[in-house]
Order: sequence, then structure tokens, then C-alpha cells
Amino acid sequence: MKRAFPILAIITAALLAYALYQALVVAPADAQQGEVYRIIYYHVPSAWTAFLLFFINFVASVRYLADASPSIRQAAKWIAVAVGVVGAVAAYVIPLPAGIRPSAIATTALAIPAFYFFLGKYFPGENLDILAVTTAEVGVVFCTIVLITGPIWARPVWGIWWAPGDIRLTSTLVLWLIYVSYLILRRFSDSAQTQKLAAALAVFGALDVPLVYFSIWFFRTQHPQPVIGGGGSMDPKMLHVLMISWTAFLFFAFLVCWSRYRLETLRREVEQAHAMASLSAADASRGSR
Amino acid sequence: MPGSAAVRAMSFWSITLATLAKDIRLEWRSKDAINSMLFFSLLVVVIFSFSFDPLAEESRHIAGGLIWVAFLFAAVVALNQTWARELRNQVLDAYRVSPAPANALFLAKAVGNFIFVSILEALMTPLFIIFYNLRAVGPAWQLIPIALLGTWALVVNGTFFAAMSLRTRSREVMLPLLLFPVSIPAVIGMVAGTTAILTGDDPAHFYIVLLLTYDVVFTTACLALFETVLQAE
Repeated sequence: MKRAFPILAIITAALLAYALYQALVVAPADAQQGEVYRIIYYHVPSAWTAFLLFFINFVASVRYLADASPSIRQAAKWIAVAVGVVGAVAAYVIPLPAGIRPSAIATTALAIPAFYFFLGKYFPGENLDILAVTTAEVGVVFCTIVLITGPIWARPVWGIWWAPGDIRLTSTLVLWLIYVSYLILRRFSDSAQTQKLAAALAVFGALDVPLVYFSIWFFRTQHPQPVIGGGGSMDPKMLHVLMISWTAFLFFAFLVCWSRYRLETLRREVEQAHAMASLSAADASRGSR
Repeated sequence: MPGSAAVRAMSFWSITLATLAKDIRLEWRSKDAINSMLFFSLLVVVIFSFSFDPLAEESRHIAGGLIWVAFLFAAVVALNQTWARELRNQVLDAYRVSPAPANALFLAKAVGNFIFVSILEALMTPLFIIFYNLRAVGPAWQLIPIALLGTWALVVNGTFFAAMSLRTRSREVMLPLLLFPVSIPAVIGMVAGTTAILTGDDPAHFYIVLLLTYDVVFTTACLALFETVLQAE
């Protein structure tokens, strides 16, 4: 394991360099936007990575809460499966607003039980909480990149820095706000059960996301706004580069999460050792009296 | 035991009612929350009235946001007192060890806050109308469901997050930091819905449905998770 980390780091660095080369040199210029659009190769992979990390955070939080009480544990398994199946079926049955593909909803729904069981198996007990902290922190970093590169891209293309009616930017901003409040709660909490409070907040945040999306979706239909290319298909060559870029970003995110996870594990071990040491010191002083 | 479920159900509601009655009586005697909320939102109204010229047409577009910002901040004042009040004399610890269901306590607190904030809104709305020369162009009765659903949306999550922020350093600051991000869809619903009715430009039905969905989703989530938060020390 110790040797795997530097090897992975080297692979990641090579991949990021290759992705940058592909994005700046190999990918063709956009017919309408020219060279400006190349920021997409950093903007979109960051967004996808951030969403994936927040998704893992959500499932880990749910699993953490469910595992905490044995009575819920059994039921939660079936609920996870039910959510996956019902979500996947509903995506094709219920008419969705334009711009949302049923397959995207179905995949997300099916990923919930898949991650639920995977995380529960490989990250038992407190490890789920460590995973939740890790993914939230790294997710916020990637989300910040999205929010910075978004306006930089919007300014030359739309002529404005920020469009309040733009569904993707605005819902990403709300998601970012929710996860920043999550990190603040973790930082400020005095409770010995911060993990549970944070997990509860993560569930609230995840429930909020679809509501945010729909509220902005409707808000947008009521307000004129710049024309934003959506639904159009992408040049296969560009898509290819985008996928290379996303792979590099995923490797990078995994690497950062790994070291952050390790750090948090060590931090807790040290904390526990300190607690045990002061306990035994108290015992010793009581014994000598 | 035959009928034990019925007994339990009855005691759930009687506990809820008892706690609610206690909170209302406390508030009736002290008037802490209502007075501070009223004065706070009055200040907001007065300060904002200096910042722009309330011509009828212009104010219609801004008033929706203004009213709800005032109520949102005022509600935080009341919400912060909900649980802090129970910390004195370890009342909250007594709740925790008592066999009373946690959700009965939560519901009582949420309904209590709902009543307080609704009273505030009933008293402040005429002032807003006077200060900003408001007159609804759209169907004004729809403001009532928006106000009721919006208030419940703020209060149910606010009560939950107030309990959560009890366990943090500087908890008074913590509540809005936790509450506002999650409340954004509800705030969009309230503000955009109110503006739609005041200006009469758009129908407000979608916002009512949005607020209703929000209320159902988050009331369920609060009831499902409150016990965890109450027991977390």
C-alpha cells in the first residue's frame, strides 16, 4: 500500500499533463466560441468529480446513520434497494422536464444501493464517517473550481459573469453553500457525536438538491436569460478529450482523498491514544493516593 | 397489551399539546421572542425604506424579497431561543431521559414557533403595506397559502437546526449558517411566489406546489432524524 501511493501519484501527474496537452493542442477549436471554450476541459470534469464526491458523502452519511441503530439497519437495506428500483423505473415512467435524461436519473437511482452496499462493506463503522469528511472536503475544493471557472467562461461567451437563472451554475452554488455549512458544522461542533449531526445535515442537503434544481428550473422559465447551449450534441473528438480529462481528474481526486483519508485516520488514532493516556494517568494518580 | 398502541398514540399527542401549552404560556408571560422579533423586523422595514424610493411599481418588484428577508431574520431570533430556553436547569437533559417520544417534543416546538412567527407576520404585513404602498395585482388570497407553507418551511427546519446548533460553539451564529443554505428552495418559492402575486405577471401555482413539496419532504426528514439529534451530546 505504501508503495502504491507514489506510483499512483506519478500516474496521476502523467495523466493530468496528457489531459492538458489534449485540451490545449489536440482538441479542435469550437465553431462559435473559438479557443475560449477549452476551459470546458477543466470546468466540466471538476463539476462531475465534485458531484460524485458529494454523492459518496451522502450515501456514506445515510449508511452511517443506519448502522448506528440496529433496528433501522435491517430496514435501511431494503429501503436502499427500493429507492434504486423505484427511482430507475420512475425515471422512465414520470415525464421529466426537458434537458434531463431519464437514463441519468435511473443511473443515479441505481447507484444509491450499489454504493450503499459497497461502502458499508469496505468502510465499516467510523470509517464511513472518515470517508464522509474526506469526500466533503475534497468535493468542496472541486466545486470551488467549478464556481470560479464558470464565470470566467461565462464572461466572454454570454457577456455576463453570472446568470442567476442558469440552472447549473446556481444549483452548483447552492450545493457548495450546503457543503460549506456542513464543514462549518463539523468544525464548530462541541458534541461527541458530531458525526451523527453532520450525517443528518448531509441527508438534508441531498434532499435539497432536487428541490433547488426544480425551483431554479421554473424560475428560469419565468425570466429571460442569455441563450445557453444545452442539449446540443458534442463533437466526438471533443467528448473524447473531455473523457480523458475527467479520468485524470478522477485519479487526482482519488489521490487527494486517499491521503486525506489516511490523515484523518491517523488524527483519530492520535486523539484516541491521548485520551487513553490521560485516562491511565488519572488511574495511576488515583492508585497512588 | 390490547389497545397499547392507542394509549401510546394518545400520550404522543397529549405530550405534544402539553409542551406546546407550556411554551405558549411561557411566551405569553415573558413575550421575549415576539417582542424581539417584532422590533427586529420593524427595524428592517424602516432601514430598507430609506434605501429606495417606494414608488408603487418599483416596490412591487422588491417587496416580496424584502418582506421575506425580514421574516427570515426575525424568525432566527425566535428559533435561537427555542432550545436555549430548555438548557437552563437541565430541562433538556430531563427530556432526554424521559420516556416521552422525541418527535412529540419536536412537533410541539415547531408548532409553537409556527404560531409565534405567524403572529409576527400578521402584525408586520400591514406595516409593510403602508410603508411600501403595496397593492396586489394578482390574486391576493394566494398569499395566504404561500405565507403559511413558507412559514412552516422556515420553522420546521429552523427548529431542527436550532437543536443541532445547540451542540456547537457560538450557537447563535451557527443557526443561520446551517438553516439558510438548506432553505434556499423555500426562500425562492416564497419570494418569487409573493412577487408573482404582487406584480400579477405570472401565476404563482408552481411556487405553492414547490413549498408544499418542500414542507412534506423536510417535515418527514426532521421527524425521522430528530431523535438522533436530540440524543447527540
